[in-house]
Amino acid sequence: MTVKEIAEKLNLKVLSGASGLNNEINYGYASDLLSDVMGNAKSGEVWVTLQTHKNVMAIASLKDLAAVILVKDLQPEADMAAQSEDEGIPVLGTSDDAFTLIGKLYELLKK
Amino acid sequence: MKLFKADLHIHTVLSPCGCLEMSPVNIVQTALNRQLDIIGITDHNSTRQCRQVLEAADETSLKVFTGVEITSREEVHCLAFFEHLYALDAFQHYLDEHLPKIKNNPDLFGYQVVVDKDENILYQEDYLLITGLNKGINEIEQEVRKHGGIFIPAHIDKPKYSLISQLGFIPDDLPVDALELSKHTSTSDFLAIYPKQSASTFIRNSDAHQTEFIGTSYTYYRMSTPCFEEFRMALHHKDGREVIAA
Repeated sequence: MTVKEIAEKLNLKVLSGASGLNNEINYGYASDLLSDVMGNAKSGEVWVTLQTHKNVMAIASLKDLAAVILVKDLQPEADMAAQSEDEGIPVLGTSDDAFTLIGKLYELLKK
Repeated sequence: MKLFKADLHIHTVLSPCGCLEMSPVNIVQTALNRQLDIIGITDHNSTRQCRQVLEAADETSLKVFTGVEITSREEVHCLAFFEHLYALDAFQHYLDEHLPKIKNNPDLFGYQVVVDKDENILYQEDYLLITGLNKGINEIEQEVRKHGGIFIPAHIDKPKYSLISQLGFIPDDLPVDALELSKHTSTSDFLAIYPKQSASTFIRNSDAHQTEFIGTSYTYYRMSTPCFEEFRMALHHKDGREVIAA
């Protein structure tokens, strides 16, 4: 499933990095500890978090993630949004909290 | 130039996790007993106990750096120090403005009180101090600079509440005066894992919450006097001032 399809199905806002909307998502990972994501997320996953620091994009890029979803209407900090644009890794937003969003996302992506 | 022994990360009874014995007088007395020249007072998200520690150290040989251990929105702990009390007060205003208003439950988290040098309770903080500010680490760093402060991410090697645990790696665009290591590692061991940080200054402190830990971890600074500007110079290895690697 592409980032665009997920965004449409879950009514997510595209906050930055629209050039990566055709990235393929194969599964998801949820964590707010960036050290944990660096160690455990896998290529092609969509990452659900509430962290809005620029390091989020560095790690998304390092781990070759498909997209990042920010919960609870959080907005990326300006330099995070800029790096999302540069890298073509979309940052999507939702008003849902993490529990609710991850539940919906799991239904779409479960194997 | 002389060497000064400093433990710059000490909590008082004001921190909810700070032991009741961590009163200004006990802290100062213990620090003197352990041959410390300088201590730093760094309660969680509050500077309100600093004045009383200054008073308790008055007319002793101990120098007190007044500061705070800030929790950022990312839940990174950062030390900040301010030379002047007006700057400390201005930063307290910022803390009051940006700390979420969550009531402390003393049964769960402990009491948050300011005590004077005669151990009278002067103030009780009603809002929980161990939550995170609603400001990101970069904004907090800039605010510290605005008040002429020194900014040092705390115990960066720890697996929780550290720059590395919360943000994965040390952001290269965050201007720091030094990086603090916990007592569980040394500068050389840390650099073996993170060689890119070889240009950084590292300091170590106790992060004491009980008197028994005051001075159990410390750093030597080569300076002419134990004052704030000399300390800043030592952190940046200027004019012969330096940090002796721990």
